[in-house]
Amino acid sequence: MAAAVLLSSIVKRYPRVTANDGATLSVASGSIHALLGENGAGKSTLMKILYGMARPDEGVISIRGEAKKFSGPQDAIAAGIGMVHQHFMLVSPLSVAENVALGCEPSATGAAGLAGVWDASKARADVARLSKEYGLKVDPNAIVENLSVGEQQRVEIVKILYRGAKILILDEPTAVLTPREAGDLFVTLRRLRDAGSTIIFISHKLKEVMALCDEATVMRRGKTVGERRISQTSIDQLAALMVGDLGACARDACAYRYAGPAKTVLCLDSASALGPRGEVALKQVTLKIMAGEVLAIAGVEGNGQRELAEIICGLRALSSGTLKVEGRIGYVPEDRHRHGLLLPAPAWENTLLGRHREPAFATALAINRQAARSLTAEILKDYDVRPPEADQPAGAFSGGNQQKLLVGREISKLPALLVVAHPTRGVDLGASRLIHDKILQAKAAGAAVLLISADLDEVMALSDRIAVLCAGRVVGQCARADAGIERLGLWMAGIGSGDS
Amino acid sequence: MRSVLREARWMAITLLILALALTIGTLALKQSPVEVFRLIFSQVLFDDYGLGQTLYKATTLIFTGLACSLAFRCGLFNIGAEGQLYAGAFAMTLVGLQFPGLPSIILIPLMLMIAAAGGAAWAIVPAVLKAKRGAHEVITTMMMNFVAMALANYLISAHFHEPETIHTAELPAAAGLPSFETMFGLFQGSPVNVSLLLAFLIAAAVAYFLWRTPTGFEWRAVGVSPDAARTSGVNVPATTIKILLASGAISGLAGSNFVLGYKHYFEQGFASGAGFLGIAVALVAKNNPIGVIASSLLFAFMSQAGLTLNRTIPREMFDILQAAAILIVVIAQNRLGGELKK
Amino acid sequence: MTFLIQVLRISGPYGLAALAGTFSELGGVVNIALEGILLSGALGATLATHWTGNPWIGILAGIGAGMLLSCLHAWAALRHRVDQIVSSLACNFLAAGLCRFILKLVFHSTSNSSRVEGLPDWGGLDPFLVLFFVIVGLCQWIVYRTRFGLRLRAVGEHPQAAESLGISVLAMRFKGVLLSGALAGLGGAWLALEQHQFTDGMSGGRGYIALAAVILGRWTPLGAAGAALFFGLAESLQIILQAYGVRVPTQFVQMLPYLMTLAAVAGVAGKSRPPAADGIPYSSEQDR
Repeated sequence: MAAAVLLSSIVKRYPRVTANDGATLSVASGSIHALLGENGAGKSTLMKILYGMARPDEGVISIRGEAKKFSGPQDAIAAGIGMVHQHFMLVSPLSVAENVALGCEPSATGAAGLAGVWDASKARADVARLSKEYGLKVDPNAIVENLSVGEQQRVEIVKILYRGAKILILDEPTAVLTPREAGDLFVTLRRLRDAGSTIIFISHKLKEVMALCDEATVMRRGKTVGERRISQTSIDQLAALMVGDLGACARDACAYRYAGPAKTVLCLDSASALGPRGEVALKQVTLKIMAGEVLAIAGVEGNGQRELAEIICGLRALSSGTLKVEGRIGYVPEDRHRHGLLLPAPAWENTLLGRHREPAFATALAINRQAARSLTAEILKDYDVRPPEADQPAGAFSGGNQQKLLVGREISKLPALLVVAHPTRGVDLGASRLIHDKILQAKAAGAAVLLISADLDEVMALSDRIAVLCAGRVVGQCARADAGIERLGLWMAGIGSGDS
Repeated sequence: MRSVLREARWMAITLLILALALTIGTLALKQSPVEVFRLIFSQVLFDDYGLGQTLYKATTLIFTGLACSLAFRCGLFNIGAEGQLYAGAFAMTLVGLQFPGLPSIILIPLMLMIAAAGGAAWAIVPAVLKAKRGAHEVITTMMMNFVAMALANYLISAHFHEPETIHTAELPAAAGLPSFETMFGLFQGSPVNVSLLLAFLIAAAVAYFLWRTPTGFEWRAVGVSPDAARTSGVNVPATTIKILLASGAISGLAGSNFVLGYKHYFEQGFASGAGFLGIAVALVAKNNPIGVIASSLLFAFMSQAGLTLNRTIPREMFDILQAAAILIVVIAQNRLGGELKK
Repeated sequence: MTFLIQVLRISGPYGLAALAGTFSELGGVVNIALEGILLSGALGATLATHWTGNPWIGILAGIGAGMLLSCLHAWAALRHRVDQIVSSLACNFLAAGLCRFILKLVFHSTSNSSRVEGLPDWGGLDPFLVLFFVIVGLCQWIVYRTRFGLRLRAVGEHPQAAESLGISVLAMRFKGVLLSGALAGLGGAWLALEQHQFTDGMSGGRGYIALAAVILGRWTPLGAAGAALFFGLAESLQIILQAYGVRVPTQFVQMLPYLMTLAAVAGVAGKSRPPAADGIPYSSEQDR
């Protein structure tokens, strides 16, 4: 039998990067197939190509043995492919049924149908039927913006099934879910497979892949580097394939040691804060970081990490509790485009941002451009930013180089406390390593570092201590040496053992 | 340096396209383009009076264009220059009428200060609504324009007008800015006056402020990305208010050209849309304060050429050319900007 | 009753322009060009009526003129991704100049056209009013019942989601802007044919007030029409006050809609939310 999906030798070049460089993927019909790889390995691009959202420069797509050329998602949908995007593609003020029907709305009967009216009650009935058939609990009349993340994901799956898709692509579906919700999702996915659907499951979480999938294809730097049957492989083997060279990536944080006097830099005592929608996002959080120490906050995203960073950096008010920071703060926000950089402004103005009131860089009436430019040149050189042009707009650098510029700016402030959120997300491997080195160097020089990351490998590589946030609470914290994957997993699920 | 050259080339291309459009329009009206261009050169560009009128008209536009470009640069689409201009001019005139005895050296700076304050005051409502309630400044400043015009008309017609006219009493002689004609004997018959120099001064000040001072840098950062500015410690709501007030203050000064430099009274509708045209001036100048001078001259020239040529071709042709200039520049700008971003 | 009809007649052009703004913004395109569209619709209707003597052809011409100008806005804003406020303002400048130019060429006047025929009454009913009520209902129906309405709302709210389902965002937005041009063009035709002539600047800020009505009406057709009615009522207030001998300076009455709008924007901003992608240029993944 022909494979449900066969992508051969796909090449996709973007102006600054080759995202896919001869990637090949073969997915057997009626299986759950994992597409594994680190951030930036090219998984998302490959799936965009399969879903018709990007056109490959080279290579062939064939669906059930039939070669296809997709000029847009509508062609992929017609070929029976559906995709759940990492950022949900739901129109929040519309109802579940409207979202599901959008793009292939059933016509009303008779004259009204000819006049372009669509049959909302039929769509609602269809949603209810699908929801029952596959155990995907959703209310067709609910407005999407009132639904939880897990419910929204179910709407996305119903949306795909409604279109009669037999091939489902899920892009990092568990990144936003609690472990419990993830478990429910897995039950659904198995049920869909058993009903004959083919599922492509994109992830970089090996444990999930081992638990759920039948086969796995691993990508690295735009290429597919291996294909394994899950029953015949191990986590270590897959990890080795993903990373390529384990030795170079495993990092000994002990090599960077701080020798100065002990000093508490950050002291947060029973701090609570409200989130953007007025909900209690942080509950009674107590944390301490010493000079020369990296505290990592691990856990599923959206459990108060952003609010934690914001209260520490003075961007969000505490609703109760106390916060004490000794000295200056450097902050690398998680969304570098929105919160970190002025994209149309030249690199040197970006290095100046936030330091433009320092006597070294400006008097009240004049900016010292010379000083700002030479600091920028230094950072560009130190962080190997290419091209090293201080006058180039920040937006013209690649993602990894933008991030290096941003991290460089914050570390150049010689902060007593460095808050970094997801510092290597969407950043290529080389830049990731450099950024990790620079964070550890800052720590060795005496900075207290608060690292927020959803990437456990990053957490393990950089931290001295680890704390886990779940639903706004610190569920547990411990020294890195005592942090097993099992223990952290329990904490992330909200099952705490208190501080230890 | 390279960017200056690029801008100059841009200006040249725009002018060329406009000249071409004018030629086509003239031919369509069965008139001779040669005659039209001869008139443009002999009666506008190389004519004392024509050039003076162009400069006089440009003066008001420089003020309003600067006000708009400052706000646009900082991410705020203040289209309320018209109302702010009237508020400033009216306040200035009232104060001038109160102090007939003061010498010029005190009275003129005082009136200028009041004009700026009046313009800024007219921007307070939109500024606060934007900063505190998130109300879009395009709607609020637009509404304030209409309110300003209605209010000024009411005040003039009900309280301050001279009998049989729609203007106030004449200001004391001390409140006059000298024209270039009385000072240097230049541009005979035209009211172009010292406020043109004030406009140049403010253009230079705005350029220096935005690109050389830390506060100006903060304002621009708010314009580029309010989120990034906030993250780096800028108080965005307070800055928003300051930006709109500054923009209003510059608009408020625009009335000095007419009130102090020309007629010496406030007249209903004297600005005849200079505040709105300031938006166009700023757009064509790509919100660059120095570019505003050039684009004000272009717009003033087109309007003067329209008047001069009215007997040959309808002056409305030049209104169309002005709109065409905006479209050409914004589309070209976006094409170039798009290339840079991707 | 006559007062009510008076109010409705004043509100009509506002209402059509507000409906126009609603369609454009639901699709995610800010349209400040309403003012210019009203004006060009008025001129188009006057010219066609003047030449053919048939006001119905005039109405069609008004709609056509409005669509033509909205096309220019759509072309600049969608095709070239010019800032939508900038592009629609440029359209207003263009419309003002062009209308004056044509007025002079055709009617040899800088202020007004010659008199043209209006629409004949339908058994005592103003056909415009009948048309207006039909259109309001139709618009509400289009937005909430038809496939087009659903897709339009989707591209204005979350264009990426719409595109991921195979809907062409730019095509939908283009249709929204075009419809907007047709509605406001009809509004302009109404203005001109009621007054039996075109006068320079006869839109008189109605296009801008209509934008406020869009906000007050919370981006729904019924709401927009309701808000327009409210503004019409405010304008007619002047007439009642005079009838009762109350002397209020006309300028204060003129200010009323603007002040109400300010108050409304101040109070409403927190509660009512524009379409999430309103005013944001969209470029498809495919074009990158």
